Amino acid sequence: MKVGVVTFPGSLDDVDARRAVRIGGNEAVALWHGDADLKGVDAVILPGGFSYGDYLRCGAISRFAPVMEKVVEAANAGMPVLGICNGFQILCESHLLPGALIRNDHRRFVCRDQLLRIESNRTPWTSAYAQGQEIRIVLKNGEGGFVADTETLARIEGEGQVVARYLEVNPNGSLDDIAGVANERGNVVGLMPHPEHAVEELTGSGLDGLGFFTSLVETAFA
Amino acid sequence: MPKPEILDPQGKAVQGALPRLGFTGVTDVRQGKRFEIEFEGEVTDAVLAEVDKMAETLLSNPVIENYTVTVEQGVAP
Repeated sequence: MKVGVVTFPGSLDDVDARRAVRIGGNEAVALWHGDADLKGVDAVILPGGFSYGDYLRCGAISRFAPVMEKVVEAANAGMPVLGICNGFQILCESHLLPGALIRNDHRRFVCRDQLLRIESNRTPWTSAYAQGQEIRIVLKNGEGGFVADTETLARIEGEGQVVARYLEVNPNGSLDDIAGVANERGNVVGLMPHPEHAVEELTGSGLDGLGFFTSLVETAFA
Repeated sequence: MPKPEILDPQGKAVQGALPRLGFTGVTDVRQGKRFEIEFEGEVTDAVLAEVDKMAETLLSNPVIENYTVTVEQGVAP
């Protein structure tokens, strides 16, 4: 499959994400924030970083980048979209995902190898994992506290839209220890930790993130 | 402003700093943003409606923030 990775001004992990896509067995396509064109890709990843300097709110300005109009359109039509860290923030600001991400409750930037539980493998990004599988990948964020109103929280818990949950410690004050969520349809997924940094032994903290990039192939040929 | 039910870590940090500087009796601090937007001429209902739209789509995130709009007449410095 062709997987587009969007580069915004201030994106940091776009190159790692493209590399992870290739290691996962897919073709990586570089997309530019200023282009209103998805270049015929089958899926899109919004990578981590500090797009537009995190000005106003994280993801608030990126949401209105020309490429995002096409991403929102495609996501609503069912295209798999994965937002990692800043990408997750952009998807929440775009209202493609429920809730929002606010500053960590302890007010410090956090960088650690974080244990997670895959709570839903019924998304195109997590189908390679076993339901309930525990994985350890790097987490690095200053504004990763997932919040939503009580009603929304009950709905996403009830509908099985929680994709991943923090184990051992809650690193940023996220409600219900939520590390990742999906939209109702399941094609759009946001995740605060970084699976793209855990796809090969040489440079990562293990291979636990690889599933996010091999799931697409499994979905395509399922 | 962050909605009352949303945690405001920045406000909490400010609240924590105040007693250290000798300011006592503060029971809560919430930190928000203020935007000053200028227009030529009268601020009509149509202009106010536009500002509301700006506040809703870009300036605030309605999931976590509330906003109010106030009009100040006069020439900007």
